[in-house]
Amino acid sequence: MSAREDILARVRHNRPAGDYGLPPIPQFAIPIDEQGRLETFSRTLKAMGGQLCRSSEMASPITWIRGRFPDAKIVCSAVPEVPSDRAWSAIRKPQDLADVDVAVVRAVLGVAESGSVLFTEAELKVNTLAYLAQHLVVLLDESAIVAGLQDAYMHSAFRTARYAVFHTGPSATGDIEGVLIHGAQGVRSLTVIIGGYN
Amino acid sequence: MSAANVLHPEVIGDRFEGAKDAQGRPLVHAEGTSKPIRAHTRHEPQPRGARDSGNRPVDQVEAAERFIAATEHEKAHDERLWDMRLRRDQAAHALPEWEDMRGLASRIKEHSLAHLDTYLGQFEAAAKANGVVVHWAADAAEHNRIVHQILKDRGAKSLIKSKSMLTDECGFRAYMAGVGIEVVETDLGERIQQLDGEEPSHVIGPAIHKTRADVAELFARTLGSDPDDEDIPHLASIQREATRPLILKADAGMTGCNFAVADTGTVVVCTNEGNADLSANTPPLHIASIGIEKIIPRFEHLAVFLRLLARNAIGTPMTQYTSHFRAPRAGGELHYVIVDNGRSERLGLKEFWTSLKCIRCGACMNTCPVYRRSGGLSYGATYSGPIGIILDPTLNRRKYSSLPFSSTLNGSCTNVCPVKINIHEQIFAWRKVMSEEHRLPFVKSEMMKVLGYVLSRPALYRAALGAADEALRLLPHFVLANSLNTWTNKGRDMPDAPSQTFHAWWRENRGPKSNSK
Repeated sequence: MSAREDILARVRHNRPAGDYGLPPIPQFAIPIDEQGRLETFSRTLKAMGGQLCRSSEMASPITWIRGRFPDAKIVCSAVPEVPSDRAWSAIRKPQDLADVDVAVVRAVLGVAESGSVLFTEAELKVNTLAYLAQHLVVLLDESAIVAGLQDAYMHSAFRTARYAVFHTGPSATGDIEGVLIHGAQGVRSLTVIIGGYN
Repeated sequence: MSAANVLHPEVIGDRFEGAKDAQGRPLVHAEGTSKPIRAHTRHEPQPRGARDSGNRPVDQVEAAERFIAATEHEKAHDERLWDMRLRRDQAAHALPEWEDMRGLASRIKEHSLAHLDTYLGQFEAAAKANGVVVHWAADAAEHNRIVHQILKDRGAKSLIKSKSMLTDECGFRAYMAGVGIEVVETDLGERIQQLDGEEPSHVIGPAIHKTRADVAELFARTLGSDPDDEDIPHLASIQREATRPLILKADAGMTGCNFAVADTGTVVVCTNEGNADLSANTPPLHIASIGIEKIIPRFEHLAVFLRLLARNAIGTPMTQYTSHFRAPRAGGELHYVIVDNGRSERLGLKEFWTSLKCIRCGACMNTCPVYRRSGGLSYGATYSGPIGIILDPTLNRRKYSSLPFSSTLNGSCTNVCPVKINIHEQIFAWRKVMSEEHRLPFVKSEMMKVLGYVLSRPALYRAALGAADEALRLLPHFVLANSLNTWTNKGRDMPDAPSQTFHAWWRENRGPKSNSK
């Protein structure tokens, strides 16, 4: 008997007695700041080590990026709004992004409850962009912020994308004596630039 | 910081050394602490875990005594885990629906486990339709063989991986070393443990028992850094720079699986470092190892578990990264290895099957007074702490027969469990199993015989109690605190005896005067 048949047979044989129906899942209300979802998102994102600024406060995202990361040699952008130092046609494999200083990506949505942003392979172009880069800059429309995780999981991306990922702040670890380090293995910082209007 | 939240003031540091926000205030997320905790361990060697007992019972108590004797390690460990417990409480109390969510999570898991054949079938069919290659492994050996075959067929010589308790359970690294494949752990804590030849001591903080001095010494030994450099951001950066080239040149990547969503065939992985995403997305091949109990029906259920998991583990609303792998990326390969390794047998154990609900948050360890003061490695098993006590005997009943006795049965583990596993009741039930199977340690079993005889005879019990109290008052310390007394030989003193027994007090104050029974 194959391992598959063997396992499934044992699982059937050892099935716990009883009904164990699947409970309906209620929609839980997410407490949102009086000023709205953006304020909540901003607060939760910052608590998770992320930063937030608004496109209305800058001449353009690229001038802001150059000012914020003056030593950055390679800004690799996956969005049409920001010019890219690296031509996407030149990227042959995931490792080719290892020298990127700043990656720029648009998020599918933001989650006010947790400060998370969602990407799929469509936004990242090459998935390693958001991990091999030293810093990550995320463009997010204010109207794309949903209240909670339950709302976020209703998005069709989870049924269609090959890869979907929530980033909640930058790469972090507290594995040595609980001292919090940003840039454990992935990006050292994550900044969300809010654009668009409701 | 309130004094009640501090267990050992002497290990509280005077400044935060970690990441701060734009206003310069210390940030508290990932596994970072809410107060600086610093052991002064320059001259205190790291206490090691349980001695290798082969297939004989692990001596957890002996290893725990050595951990307790390393006072700085023990205090810092205790303080850090308690800090995680406090952060968990804060996050839990902030959600009014917390208890409802625990109930839902428990019921979703029970439902999934009771219909596991259906959901495993659904998961497999969906994954195959998405272009994933699905393998089934009955046990650890088969898991390792399957992964080795996948690598061999593609000429892969090196593999990067994110932390996975399942692969630890399978002895995966040791197996791969034997067949000449280089395995590199990419989680900082797990990498530290790999370099030191130790198992993870905690499900989410693999190196939580180590101090900065231990890590500095280890990195000097294995990565060639300066042994006197105890700056933690620098130590973390040494590991980042050392691991990055290994990530870029790896032939294959591997992750575990926190949740497997049946109707879409999706594998969900939670990390704080983004190392699962690096492992899965950089090399052309991604292998995910999945325990059969990780199955949940749909995405709407995932929301329930993810809202509980990070809050209960470390007190944050989410882990830094929550990654969903549904299909291989263009030009890449994705393989799932679905592993049983004793889980289907556990499903048939009436008293113990609900331990399969566990989502590996580690909260039961953080709250356990025995675990906090003895360290995860003292259990000598892949899974330690309260959840380990009830999982390990299903993997090897003889070897882990003494673990159920490493508990005070205070029930705190059960109270913090996000999926409502009755952990302390299962610990007690395992004691009964071990007793019935004559697996009790000798002194404990002899004591139990005497106790059983006395407890079954009320008059003898009362006489014995009075005599015992009298003995406590009169006998010299060395007679009471002898090596057969399992209370005092663990560094504890006998309590002062009351002046009279409860029965004597009741007769005098409440009982009918004529009743002199």
